[in-house]
Amino acid sequence: MPDVLKAPLVVEFPFTRSLGPVQSAFLTGLRERVILGVKTRDGRTLVPPVEYDPVTAEEIRDLVAVGVTGTVTTWAWNHAPRRGQPLDRPFAWVLVKLDGADTALLHALDAPGPDAVRTGMRVRVRWAEERTGAITDIACFEPYDGDDSEVAVHAGEFEDPVHGIVAQARLDYTYSPGRAQTAYINALAERRAVGERCPSCRKVYVPPRGACPTCGVATAEQVEVGPSGTVTTFCIVNIKAKNLDIEVPYVYAHIALDGADLALHGRIGGIPYDQVRMGLRVEPVWTEGGRYPDHYRPTGEPDAEYDTYKELL
Amino acid sequence: MTRDIAVVAFAQSDTLRSTEEVSEVEMLMPVLHDVLAQTGLKTADIGFTCSGSCDYLAGRAFSFTLALDGVGAWPPISESHVETDGAWALYEAWTKLLSGDADTALVYSYGKSSPGSLRDVLTRQLDPYYVAPLWPDSVALAALQAQALIDAGDTDERELAAIGARSRSTDNPRAQLKGPVPQGDYLVRPLRTGDCPPIGDGAAAVVLAAGERARALCERPAWIRGIDHRIEAHSLGVRDLTDSPSTRLAAERAGVFERPVDTAELHAPFSSQEVVLRKALRLDDSTRVNPSGGALAANPMMAAGLARIGEAAARIHRGESDRALAHATSGPCLQQNLVAVLEGDPR
Repeated sequence: MPDVLKAPLVVEFPFTRSLGPVQSAFLTGLRERVILGVKTRDGRTLVPPVEYDPVTAEEIRDLVAVGVTGTVTTWAWNHAPRRGQPLDRPFAWVLVKLDGADTALLHALDAPGPDAVRTGMRVRVRWAEERTGAITDIACFEPYDGDDSEVAVHAGEFEDPVHGIVAQARLDYTYSPGRAQTAYINALAERRAVGERCPSCRKVYVPPRGACPTCGVATAEQVEVGPSGTVTTFCIVNIKAKNLDIEVPYVYAHIALDGADLALHGRIGGIPYDQVRMGLRVEPVWTEGGRYPDHYRPTGEPDAEYDTYKELL
Repeated sequence: MTRDIAVVAFAQSDTLRSTEEVSEVEMLMPVLHDVLAQTGLKTADIGFTCSGSCDYLAGRAFSFTLALDGVGAWPPISESHVETDGAWALYEAWTKLLSGDADTALVYSYGKSSPGSLRDVLTRQLDPYYVAPLWPDSVALAALQAQALIDAGDTDERELAAIGARSRSTDNPRAQLKGPVPQGDYLVRPLRTGDCPPIGDGAAAVVLAAGERARALCERPAWIRGIDHRIEAHSLGVRDLTDSPSTRLAAERAGVFERPVDTAELHAPFSSQEVVLRKALRLDDSTRVNPSGGALAANPMMAAGLARIGEAAARIHRGESDRALAHATSGPCLQQNLVAVLEGDPR
């Protein structure tokens, strides 16, 4: 089997998330070095607070302050921190029941080693120097052997409350398109277009995906198609896309390459946008060093008869 | 309307650490062909198709639509998708058959974990406000649960090692890890590599059929006598991590506790989770647990839960089991759980 293509693929979203009244109060509280829980009707205090009782589903809004010290309820030693985690040196993941709370909060514990950590140990919050209203305003927990912290009464109301967070999410992949598309992309680099023929219905698919979507069987027989083709349908794009250096209006079309049974899409150039039509015969235009056609332009041949491409719309 | 519905065929791929030479549909297609060939059905004969997969594994939106090429979705078919393990796709298909809208269903699921870093990818299913910004990975969360079990006296590291070793002593030819595997170093203490599932790519598929169709398609159908799924609060600190009340409730509703089961296929990606599930399901040594090796031998994301139902059904097909339990899970620390009871006709 020939080598398949591989390339890094980074997927990164700055998710902007809005907060309801409870989450807003909690995260604003962290900014102000106050930890708030929420009281359920049966008197439990949930930290971190949620807007609905997880047992009864009743709406809960009764905010109360809890301590900045607490007790570890379970832990796990993380000797190899990963990107984005709270500390970049070995640390313990902990669930901490803060003084005055009935449920536990997940965070990191800064400790010299696993022998310094145990369930039941006392810990306190270490605040981040710069706080914005996010769970990371708690830098981590640290061991603490003092008394229970005094819990101040707090109504959960702040000036300039935080109403949203931006949750960064970055994931790194190594993308491989697989055998069929690797062959297609490699052929394009040689300015050829190859499809694959279905062994059952005999249709030629471009670009090939390794399967016939009609028959649900594997395709393998490579077929060279094009280079010319026929515009089967098109649209006129009037809105300029971000980061795309193409003047509007321009035409985006479905193009059935000669010998293909499926139209692929591409931009039409070399002709005024309002003269593009179904049946127009076009050929690919390659730019210097380009790995795929930049656009398609008219070949000058007579238009194709509708009957020759009506099945490919 | 009451109808008897059975699993009549099961197929799965090998689970491999990397399958970069094939696209998802290329990985899936042999499994679809295998499961259909077992019944003699063609795509056009299938009443309903349902699949399970996850875009975050591929790093692409709507990635499942390309996998549909392997089904043959023209002329148009009746189709649906769940963005989780295929066990939940099977549940949807079961309700479809129960309603009488279809007599047969094809259920498949697949996942390629190899393109990304699975431990990081799975952090994206966590609460985005309080938890995900800390990037606690799947092993770390399972390790918190394991330590809670050890503190509660429910297990110890030796017992956990034995669970891993027993799971990998399977003769399942599709398993990714087989035979003696070193217990290894701590990945996140107290979990060692031997307590954690291998990361792999794979696919699974089953065919469901109702009533007489099932008998016509399979010599000994695996009748679904009950199936139910339940979920717990997403906040880990609210839950008792040493127990799985959602599994217990699903098992009750599925009828697990009415009579003993001879086989249990549990979807426990971490050795410690088998301890939790055995307790929740009240399993003792009279039940054979995970003869397939379970998720500690092969854990293709989104397919491992469906494979548990398929493995349990296949044992009934082969006459090696008469009443089997199948379990699937999703989310951190066994947050969501599905339980099914499968039975063969009396012999």
